[in-house]
Amino acid sequence: MPSSHGARKALKAAFPHTVPILTGFLFLGMTYGIYARSLDFGFLYPTLMAVTVFAGSAEFALAGMLTGPFDPLGAFLMILMINARHLFYGISMLDKYRNLGWKTLYLIFGLCDESFSVNCVTSVPEGVDRGWFYFFVTLLNQLYWISGAALGGLFGSLLHFNTKGLDFVMTAMFVVIFMNQWRKDRSHDSAVLGLAASVLCLMLFGPDRFILPSMALILLGLTLLRRPIEGRAAA
Amino acid sequence: MTVRQQILTIALAALATQITRFLPFLAFRKSMPRFVLYLGRVLPSAVFSLLVVYCLKEVDPLSGSRGLPEALGILTVALLHRWKGQMLLSIAGGTLCYMLLVQGVF
Repeated sequence: MPSSHGARKALKAAFPHTVPILTGFLFLGMTYGIYARSLDFGFLYPTLMAVTVFAGSAEFALAGMLTGPFDPLGAFLMILMINARHLFYGISMLDKYRNLGWKTLYLIFGLCDESFSVNCVTSVPEGVDRGWFYFFVTLLNQLYWISGAALGGLFGSLLHFNTKGLDFVMTAMFVVIFMNQWRKDRSHDSAVLGLAASVLCLMLFGPDRFILPSMALILLGLTLLRRPIEGRAAA
Repeated sequence: MTVRQQILTIALAALATQITRFLPFLAFRKSMPRFVLYLGRVLPSAVFSLLVVYCLKEVDPLSGSRGLPEALGILTVALLHRWKGQMLLSIAGGTLCYMLLVQGVF
């Protein structure tokens, strides 16, 4: 099979899985572009950040930081903390993303929440090349985000219809992905542990700083409960 | 900040982001300890829980609409997904329900 045919087939298979992200990213990307524009950044900065950083919440924080005093180390550490959750995505995708040649590099570069979720939970259809499938999911998602950021920076002020609540599309997508994973799991220990740890840390540390403690608690729980969890998952 | 300082800040942010993405792959390039393999298997389920909570982090159950639109939106997603199992339908239905609630009811 010629490789261009394989790529086209994978693109066709990947696209439907990215449609919710198309909606969410165009909307969120535009919100981001409009926000950056409100800080007087025009459209070039948000677009440049969407291409090079490509991590939504970090880009929002970064746009805010660019208006403040020059603090390179502070910015560096802040972004490390906001994005620490990627470490978990990497560990989960070690096996799937290995040995895919140059695609591996791009897949890791574009490992955002949404691309991770889709590629982690979706069973690639039979006869479709795995590497190309992951590649197009990641590429399409990044293109949506860049387009949203550029459009928001360019035309944000012209937007008038009522979009209040449209950002719920991302929450809805993660709920669906959570349910799909739940159905796949033989044991729900890890999902329940993750839920308990995140809710507890959210109550203790508040919305702005609960991610790192949650990750630590999840890691601790999975380490201490390894024996029972592995036993039950195999049973 | 001057333009040069802004560009440097953006470059550092891009570097920090890519460190969080590449680190696991670089650290376990040669061999994957059994413990890491175990984590790779069980982490996704916990991470999806964390992501759902992350989306809902600004919800305040004690004031405003008390998280009711979010709860009803998620209930719609869950019911649609159990009933039809069509990802796009569940997401579109839940989002529409949520938008109607926050625009018209609450």
